[in-house]
Amino acid sequence: MRPFTYTASTNKEAALRAFTTTSHYLGGGTNLVDLMKEDVARPDQLIDVNNLEYNEIVKNDKGGFTLGALLSNAATANNKDVRQNYPLLSMAMLSAATAQIRNMATNGGNLLQRTRCPYFFETSMPCNKRAPGSGCGALKGMNATHAIFGYSQKCIATNPSDMCVALAAIGATVEVQKQDGSSRMIDFNDFHRLPEDQPEKDNTLNQGELITAIHLNEPAFSDHYYYLKIRERSSYAFALISVAAGMQIKNGTISKIGLAMGGVAHKPWKLTEAEAFLTGKSASQANFEEAAMIAMKAAKPFEANKYKVDMGEKAIVRALTQAYERKY
Amino acid sequence: MPKSIFMKKSDKSQQVNTPDELTADENIILDAMGLSASSRRKFLRQVSTGSLGIYASSFFSSEVFAQTVQDLPEQAQILLNEIKVNLRVNNMVKPLAIDSRMSLLDALRERLALTGTKKGCDHGQCGACTVIIDGKRKLSCLTLAATCEGKEITTVEGLAKNGEMHDMQKAFVKHDGFQCGYCTPGQICSSVALLEEAKNGEASYVTEDLKNIKSGLKLSEEEIRERMSGNICRCGAYNNIVQAFKEVHSGDDVMPTWEFATAEQMKKAKNA
Repeated sequence: MRPFTYTASTNKEAALRAFTTTSHYLGGGTNLVDLMKEDVARPDQLIDVNNLEYNEIVKNDKGGFTLGALLSNAATANNKDVRQNYPLLSMAMLSAATAQIRNMATNGGNLLQRTRCPYFFETSMPCNKRAPGSGCGALKGMNATHAIFGYSQKCIATNPSDMCVALAAIGATVEVQKQDGSSRMIDFNDFHRLPEDQPEKDNTLNQGELITAIHLNEPAFSDHYYYLKIRERSSYAFALISVAAGMQIKNGTISKIGLAMGGVAHKPWKLTEAEAFLTGKSASQANFEEAAMIAMKAAKPFEANKYKVDMGEKAIVRALTQAYERKY
Repeated sequence: MPKSIFMKKSDKSQQVNTPDELTADENIILDAMGLSASSRRKFLRQVSTGSLGIYASSFFSSEVFAQTVQDLPEQAQILLNEIKVNLRVNNMVKPLAIDSRMSLLDALRERLALTGTKKGCDHGQCGACTVIIDGKRKLSCLTLAATCEGKEITTVEGLAKNGEMHDMQKAFVKHDGFQCGYCTPGQICSSVALLEEAKNGEASYVTEDLKNIKSGLKLSEEEIRERMSGNICRCGAYNNIVQAFKEVHSGDDVMPTWEFATAEQMKKAKNA
């Protein structure tokens, strides 16, 4: 690991002021410290923000709840308000990593975790995300775990988060502090970006901006929800495909729906067309199947990840069915 | 040559190791544990002699630990980006000067001589380095020691109280919850923290009803396996680890699924 200076900040002004172009804020460190060991992340200053007071869950003016950015994933997933109002979020967060990692990882940090593309981790390989201009090793390499939507010739990596897939389905706003002391709001669907010509940029944060809160939309999917995670072993693995499905059902008709996929794109992939198709329709197997077909229509897989198209379609139907039939 | 082999529980005939068959060191450990005569025989029926090493580790009480630490250098000769941190480990505070890059795992092992915590992958993928920080199980390999000021850290060495092992440690020995033992300190720390998580009514991905959870959860085997998935055991001692956890979690005395082979059985096995 390369040398760096370590600063523990006790107030946000000091943290924001200390930030330079080669700094990195330190939350749980579960991803960042690992990337530093791998020599993928090379900050020369770590600003530890764990002592800042962004660790509460409170009601917000959207009729929902706001998650402090520095609260741990474990504490968030097991918070009573979150479990009862956003069980879809709890379920997705509990499917991620392990108890130890969820105890460490923060909510803000979860939004910022980097791809697990092996070419990104292996510094002897080309990777435009790690070393812009060096090429994409996965494009014609081992790409079984890579994107089928929204990629570019520069990068075909996927976003690894489970939490973010649920957030895309539920709807949220991310609050960030700017270096000048003011704050701004980013719609969750605009927070992560597609790779295009700048795969080194995972999200739309500007330099030095610090995530302080995630404002969740009004809860709507506390009765019909399911987070389906398909992976190579039944626990402690990243998703090959995941589906977050939440529905509000009145007299057998879907009055509101949130549907998003993980493991298929550079950002949590919100299934907007499928959502529009299902809204106002009956919660039937036939409608679920048609929605899944609509959702996967634009998929453009590579040689090694063709399986994701069929798997994705079936996963959507399965997640919707599980959500519909849920008893708790 | 191993002193014994494990046989299925169904065989009723028993002949156990007697104290005479133990090495001097093993006898010292058993004496130190206050086990003599019948209790020693009962104990030996339940453990393999190889397991005594695990028992022995519980005698590294805080006094022994303190003496060891005094022999270690106060700090390395050259430190880049030096950080001063007071590490509170197993109810002892040790001021350290460290490089900002030092992980908690390395600080524990290299600076405090607490080598119970193991370095497996060093990348947060195996759980061998699991310790308990402020009551929560965490990975010491991905925790920078610099971030630990003011935190209460418990390692496997700190679980025993007054020379008596933690119930979870006893259960791991009884149920043979390990083979090579390398993942064991992490498995045990993880299990101890999991007991609390169950008491607090924390959910997992396989918990069916997320909305109505009561404290004092009784974890099913599926739940235990999901919740312990962050601790990899390459020897595959998972069944026994689950047994050990269940015993402490349920509070019921569960008979181990194995026992020592008799001389007769050994002879038969050799001739087979």
